[in-house]
Amino acid sequence: MSDADANTPLAASAPRFAAALGALPHCISQSPDGPVIEVELANLHAVLRALRDGAGFELCSFVTCIDHYPTTPRFALHHQLLSLAHNDRVRVRCVLPGESAPTCTDLWPGANYMERECFDMFGVRFGGHPDLRRLLMPDGYDHHPLRKEFPHQGIEPDRLYRQWDRARRASWTDDAR
Amino acid sequence: MTLTKQVFEYVPAPPEGDDPLHGELLTLNMGPQHPATHGVLRIVVTLDGERIVECDPVVGYLHRGKEKSAESLGWHKFFPHTDRLDYVQPLMNNVGYALALEQLAGIEAPPRAQVIRVLLMELSRIMGHLIYLGTQSIDLGAVTIFFYAFKEREKLYEIVDAYTGHRMNNTYVRIGGLYADVDEKVERLIEEFLVEFPKGLDDMDKLLTRNRIWNDRNRDIGVLSRADALAMSLTGPVLRGSGVEWDLRRAQPYCGYESYDFDVPTGASGDCYDRYLVRMEEMRQSCRIVRQALDRLKSTPGDVLVEDRRFVLPPKGLVHTSMEELIFQFKVVTDLRLPKGQSYRGIESSKGELGFFVASDGSSTPLRCHIRAPGLMNIQALPMLAKGRLFSDMVSLIGSMDFVMGEVDR
Repeated sequence: MSDADANTPLAASAPRFAAALGALPHCISQSPDGPVIEVELANLHAVLRALRDGAGFELCSFVTCIDHYPTTPRFALHHQLLSLAHNDRVRVRCVLPGESAPTCTDLWPGANYMERECFDMFGVRFGGHPDLRRLLMPDGYDHHPLRKEFPHQGIEPDRLYRQWDRARRASWTDDAR
Repeated sequence: MTLTKQVFEYVPAPPEGDDPLHGELLTLNMGPQHPATHGVLRIVVTLDGERIVECDPVVGYLHRGKEKSAESLGWHKFFPHTDRLDYVQPLMNNVGYALALEQLAGIEAPPRAQVIRVLLMELSRIMGHLIYLGTQSIDLGAVTIFFYAFKEREKLYEIVDAYTGHRMNNTYVRIGGLYADVDEKVERLIEEFLVEFPKGLDDMDKLLTRNRIWNDRNRDIGVLSRADALAMSLTGPVLRGSGVEWDLRRAQPYCGYESYDFDVPTGASGDCYDRYLVRMEEMRQSCRIVRQALDRLKSTPGDVLVEDRRFVLPPKGLVHTSMEELIFQFKVVTDLRLPKGQSYRGIESSKGELGFFVASDGSSTPLRCHIRAPGLMNIQALPMLAKGRLFSDMVSLIGSMDFVMGEVDR
């Protein structure tokens, strides 16, 4: 099966992870696409740094969140990392007790937009992020659309437009009207 | 395979003299309706004379909430939405999504379907690169190339139209295989394309590669080092342009890519010109793969859809005659339940690593379907590359980073 070749068996990469992570508390499991390292929020940044510097994960494929509402704690943060030298991937999963997490833009500058998107869609705040603005939704939007309680049909989709339109009309003089 | 620039000796233009407007900053909105931004992208550029002090891409104008839609639609009904991500190569997105679901479900498409998928993906790659070539050249003033590229692209549309019945938004890939097999007409059209396309590509190559204006507008612009490319999460032709030999088709093969013979071109200096050379060579390599896949198609008979009633649609002929199959069809479309778990699959799209991260809680709708869009990462690198460059270089950079807003904004 060709797809299986892409997934390094856990046994092959486990010693590398163990050497890189050292005494950092973590738990490794296997998912259909490769190893998943589960860590606590306090160790998240140290684990990511150890994986980048010690295990050769030089590229951060994506950072995203899963909302497990109504379970609490609801948010789980996922960092998908790729090593070109070892040709394998690993996913770091971290359950967030609250709605904030440390940034990893200092490790991978490319995580900037991914964390902005995560903040935009889930409202997870990344401490230390250089420029934590909304990415896809407009500035001034009040909601985080990928949260489970956000309805699929959206909330007041044209509120910002109506606000802008009212201000525009109010500024019109009689001549312009 | 490292590409060499075997062209005339290149002398860069001398730096401009004292600029009287130096020090006076101007903020300019490029887009969201600027033709050179390839869609609804806005770039807020701060200019000092002709120099770019900083730029800030503003994305989201085409945000349609695809990831949110997936959570209400269900696994199977999300297929048509994947077409609308990178809409210049819909079949590639279909395959990427199908592979992620198949990985989670633990099934695999039959050999014939895999060969056809490779065929479709490579034709899609040529489609994507032709869009790059056409738009990049029309932005830089070479209108002829735009028509040449779109003439070639039209032939690909005809192939896809003959196969799927649609020119765009095909939705022909299913979990566990494909909707239908290719017929002789499609094979004949691809054969014709393989004869004609290299000639057309050579014409474009002759018009551009040694062209003085093309060289001036692309060389030493947007130079991206290997370390920067990796740090910025760049993949695909952009990463290969910077000299990193990394291709998911080679490194982490899917659909049997390990058994095809092709080269992975890499650039030397990582400028816009290198990325151009890489894409041109990739189109030639794609033709090689299409030729091999076409030959393999004749020696690989069989079904194009695996038989697994839990996840895969039953054959259409049976659905019309058998009650059970109709029920299975209904269940797969409306109530497909994938095993509980999470899975990520990345494929080599024409823009870079296109990945689908799917999370299932065992119910009939996804817990999460995250799309790793290569175009978003390419846009993210723009401020770094544009800083301190001339404003006219911005157009070269936008074209050379090659993104499609449907995929970036999702």
